[in-house]
Amino acid sequence: MTDRVRVALTVNGERVDAEVEPRQNLVDFLREELQLTGSHIGCEHGVCGACTVRVDGTIVRGCLMLAVQCDGDRVETIEGLSDSGDVADLQAAFCERNALQCGFCTPGMLLTAQELLLQSGAAPSREQIREHLSGNYCRCTGYQAIVDAVEAVALARQGQTP
Amino acid sequence: MKPAPFAYAKARSLDHAIALLDGAPDARVLAGGQSLVPALNMRLSTPSLLVDINGLRELGEISRRNGHIEIGALVRHAQAERSSAIAQLAPLLTQAIPHIAHPAIRNRGTFGGSIALADPAAELPACLLALGAEIEVTGRTGRRSVAADEFFKGLFETALGPGDVLTAIRIAVPGSAARFGFAELARRHGDYALVGLAAAGTVHGGGLADVRLAFFGVGDRATRARQAEAALESGNLDAAVAALQHDLSPHSDVHASAATRSHLAGVLLRRVAAQLDSST
Ligand SMILES: Cc1cc2nc3c(=O)[nH]c(=O)nc-3n(C[C@H](O)[C@H](O)[C@H](O)COP(=O)(O)OP(=O)(O)OC[C@H]3O[C@@H](n4cnc5c(N)ncnc54)[C@H](O)[C@@H]3O)c2cc1C
Ligand code: FES
Ligand code: FES
Repeated sequence: MTDRVRVALTVNGERVDAEVEPRQNLVDFLREELQLTGSHIGCEHGVCGACTVRVDGTIVRGCLMLAVQCDGDRVETIEGLSDSGDVADLQAAFCERNALQCGFCTPGMLLTAQELLLQSGAAPSREQIREHLSGNYCRCTGYQAIVDAVEAVALARQGQTP
Repeated sequence: MKPAPFAYAKARSLDHAIALLDGAPDARVLAGGQSLVPALNMRLSTPSLLVDINGLRELGEISRRNGHIEIGALVRHAQAERSSAIAQLAPLLTQAIPHIAHPAIRNRGTFGGSIALADPAAELPACLLALGAEIEVTGRTGRRSVAADEFFKGLFETALGPGDVLTAIRIAVPGSAARFGFAELARRHGDYALVGLAAAGTVHGGGLADVRLAFFGVGDRATRARQAEAALESGNLDAAVAALQHDLSPHSDVHASAATRSHLAGVLLRRVAAQLDSST
């Protein structure tokens, strides 16, 4: 009954066929079977946000979804977002403003920030940025620089200077 | 940690889900997975089979019918948060949902999952009590409707039996005299509440009638404060706050002592009473 299950999904635009154990979390599948190690694993119970990936266009906790559930889904990771250039401005702003030190939280922060920036029409306030990032832990930066970086990109994408 | 092994079945229909649950006594329904998967990862839960209901599109709809708004069990928190029908017909929910966890969790977590889990510090069970909602349950013997007041039985304990699937929530469309209030205190945005309050009432003469005060985070389940409700209906806010000593039995834990929770419940009642009043 606990046999492996066949799944077919796309990961960063490429089709992937695999056989997975039902108990394997999506983030473990990405890291261990596909060697996409940009998504990190911190807590494995939904608290830290290091494992954030996109499934069918919205961000999810990679540790709280099973790989077997992703049959037919479109999965995107930080590797895909980096290669496409979609978050290049966010990545540059994070570097410029020291919004990362060890970098462990950064992929999750970038995916979460990108979702906020794509959702909101006008540039979000610092308060809205903090609220949206509230589920992502950073043990290094103290968050201030991260909010600065996201705010700067939010304004720049609206054609305003910070 | 990693979960213990289990089998996985994707339900093709509601009947299929119920048949699968019937065949394995320790099977669990998998909805958003935002509470179940952490429990699996920590091996607090070790079912032999997960029955994934995520493919049942008919459970993912928000509709209006016969004076009610009906919210399917699989409606995601994020979907409900953005729904204009809910904003218009059940504004208390629109007020409460942003307090549930964080965006990535709201993208997956479901209405039905939150109600079926019945976490004592969760927002939605208290909202359903305040709104006098009906909870639709489908099982082997058919479909039944349970009033929110009868649904929450104890710590993580509900009127759901083994093999039951929570299928929808129904809320009566409010009249123009209806008023709602919501407030919660948490150390960090998105954390489970230390104390929270969801409330409803009807403007009547110069005061309020049909007051329903549903507290969460102050006991083993979401709880109505019935003496405080009566005091508020008679227009005495101080008496309502004092009555909470009788109505609630808060607990102490690492987050706050019972005395702190008790005090905060009074603070929230004053804030929420002002919301109910300010809209009269
Ligand atoms: C870090 C973190 C913070 C959180 N903070 C909050 C918070 O502040 N407030 C809050 O309310 N919640 C919070 N949650 C929980 C979240 O809201 C979940 O979405 C919710 O509790 C469960 O919904 P689900 O759809 O994910 O259910 P699942 O995890 O899939 O299931 C939960 C339980 O309900 C059962 N179940 C699910 N659906 C049904 C159904 N239709 N019929 C019968 N049984 C069913 C399952 O078998 C399981 O036992 C948090 C979660 C995390 C990881
Ligand atoms: S590893 Fe998924 S939230 Fe921490
Ligand atoms: S940069 Fe180290 S955890 Fe955020």
